[in-house]
Amino acid sequence: MNWLTRIRSRLPFKSKRESSENLWVKCPNCAEMLFAREYEANLFVCPRCGHHGRIGADERLAQIMDDGFSVLPAPRVKEDPLKFRDSKRYSDRLKQARAASPHHDAFTAALGSIMGHKAVVGVQDFTFMGGSMGMAVGAALVAAAQRALDEKCAFIVFTAAGGARMQEGILSLMQMPKATVMTRRLKEAGLPYIVVLTDPTTGGVTASYAMLGDIHISEPGALIGFAGQRVIQDTIREKLPEGFQRAEYLHKHGMVDMVVERKDLRERLADLLDYLAPAQAA
Amino acid sequence: MRAILLPERRWETSGSIMVSYLEFEKPVAALESRIAELRAAAEGDEVDIASELRRLESKSADLLASTYSALTPWQKTQVSRHPARPHFRDYVAHAFEDFIPLGGDRYFGEDEAILGGIARLNGRKLMLIGHEKGHDTETRLRHNFGMGKPEGYRKAVRLMELADRFGLPVVTLVDTSGAFPGVEAEERGQAEAIARSTEACLALGVPMVAAIVGEGGSGGAVALASAERVLMLEHAVYSVISPEGCASILWRTAEKAPDAAEAMKMTAQDLLRLKIIDRIVSEPVGGAHRDPATTAKALGIAIDEELAALSGVSAADLRRRREDRFLAIGAG
Ligand SMILES: [Zn+2]
Repeated sequence: MNWLTRIRSRLPFKSKRESSENLWVKCPNCAEMLFAREYEANLFVCPRCGHHGRIGADERLAQIMDDGFSVLPAPRVKEDPLKFRDSKRYSDRLKQARAASPHHDAFTAALGSIMGHKAVVGVQDFTFMGGSMGMAVGAALVAAAQRALDEKCAFIVFTAAGGARMQEGILSLMQMPKATVMTRRLKEAGLPYIVVLTDPTTGGVTASYAMLGDIHISEPGALIGFAGQRVIQDTIREKLPEGFQRAEYLHKHGMVDMVVERKDLRERLADLLDYLAPAQAA
Repeated sequence: MRAILLPERRWETSGSIMVSYLEFEKPVAALESRIAELRAAAEGDEVDIASELRRLESKSADLLASTYSALTPWQKTQVSRHPARPHFRDYVAHAFEDFIPLGGDRYFGEDEAILGGIARLNGRKLMLIGHEKGHDTETRLRHNFGMGKPEGYRKAVRLMELADRFGLPVVTLVDTSGAFPGVEAEERGQAEAIARSTEACLALGVPMVAAIVGEGGSGGAVALASAERVLMLEHAVYSVISPEGCASILWRTAEKAPDAAEAMKMTAQDLLRLKIIDRIVSEPVGGAHRDPATTAKALGIAIDEELAALSGVSAADLRRRREDRFLAIGAG
């Protein structure tokens, strides 16, 4: 069974592409028209230019994990604690995002294995309110890390976020130290914590758990940074360097260990987990 | 050469007195300038204006007190950024003794946006770390308006680890609009430096007390504020993004900053209710900028009380308290 049929047989919902007869997709990078099924079969990577498209949690888990993984329940948190309202109510934005997503919020985790190596894998989903980190994301990350601690296995996080969830104000900012409590506990327990930075990873997510891994991997071309490019440009009034804040740039500046193509990720993660296996209890 | 844009602010300067009035302080400014005029007119004059002066002064004081007892979140944001608001160096001068500054991250350089050193507070030895914004053009540039770069946060990590080894409690004074958004900061790993600084706070086996004294801006603030006790000055603000930034993203115009300030719940009073901070330290009537020395002394007393309460707590307990504090946020 290839990964695609594995996904199809496992997905609890019909992907939008299938239901909407939308047979062709346009590569967001080179604008090539791609046959949707081929694009999917190529792991949502453009066969022409190599652009790595953004993918959801279900696709990611299916690509990375062995069959038979189990999705962890999403912890419930206090909803819209600030009763936030901009041009729209935050509670309405949440409803809208949930209607368009198979998941409750932007972080989904599963317990299973990667080519036989046990791991908890958490995936941040950019399509859910820009992957933004609020209390639900923080709670799901904490629960997933705790599960890795309980199972004494590795913790792998795929990050993707425009930053903090502003509609939760300071509570979203507090997710930074909160997540860091857990990365410290994994470290103290001697369990591997691997971060895969995907497009885009910015703001408070980058400035907390995304940059505290034992190993940092990135997908090609992923935008990774702390400050937004427009903010930087407004501050320094200078042209940004070529490739600024892209995965390759971060690799060059020593912030990620390696840039790995999506097709090689599963195997690379398995190899790393093999090397970093927690010492077996005698 | 890189041009740095000054944050856009409008200050009302009242003629001869070198005081910056905020927009909403205009009625107070008008009264105070009438008092000044009366005083000047009375110089060497025998006319009895004492009663009129007393009346005006009392009216002015009442107006100031009532204005400051009902500041909106946006007004507090302006107060927290007031150019005359006490900064790190003022606290060092008025609240702490024997400060010995320590410099450098040992990797790249010395970032004066984040200062640190050993000091005494009421005789108690401690490590003091905080943002410094500067108070005039020259010092603002030197301190980069309090916007730390990676080397600043790495210096903070170094000093925290030093404090930990020598059993010195850590006190931080947070006052930044945010970590510096610039090319070289990104290049040297701004995100990693902030993450490590937060991690260093959480790892401390010595007591840590953080005080938000002006602006607590985003990750650049939390990197120095992940403490077991977090204090906040009465008119300080603490938020995930500036009201202007939030407004321009969610309302698509920075002009909605007052609404964003309201919606984000960024005042000390709101944050105490949300249990994000533990204690509010009162400012003098009319804000800290009207009396930096008194403000600093009040903060010093509060920090000293917090440290006294934490002395004797084991390293493991301190870490657990810190961890529990953040794990509890948003739970249930
Ligand atoms: Zn393409």
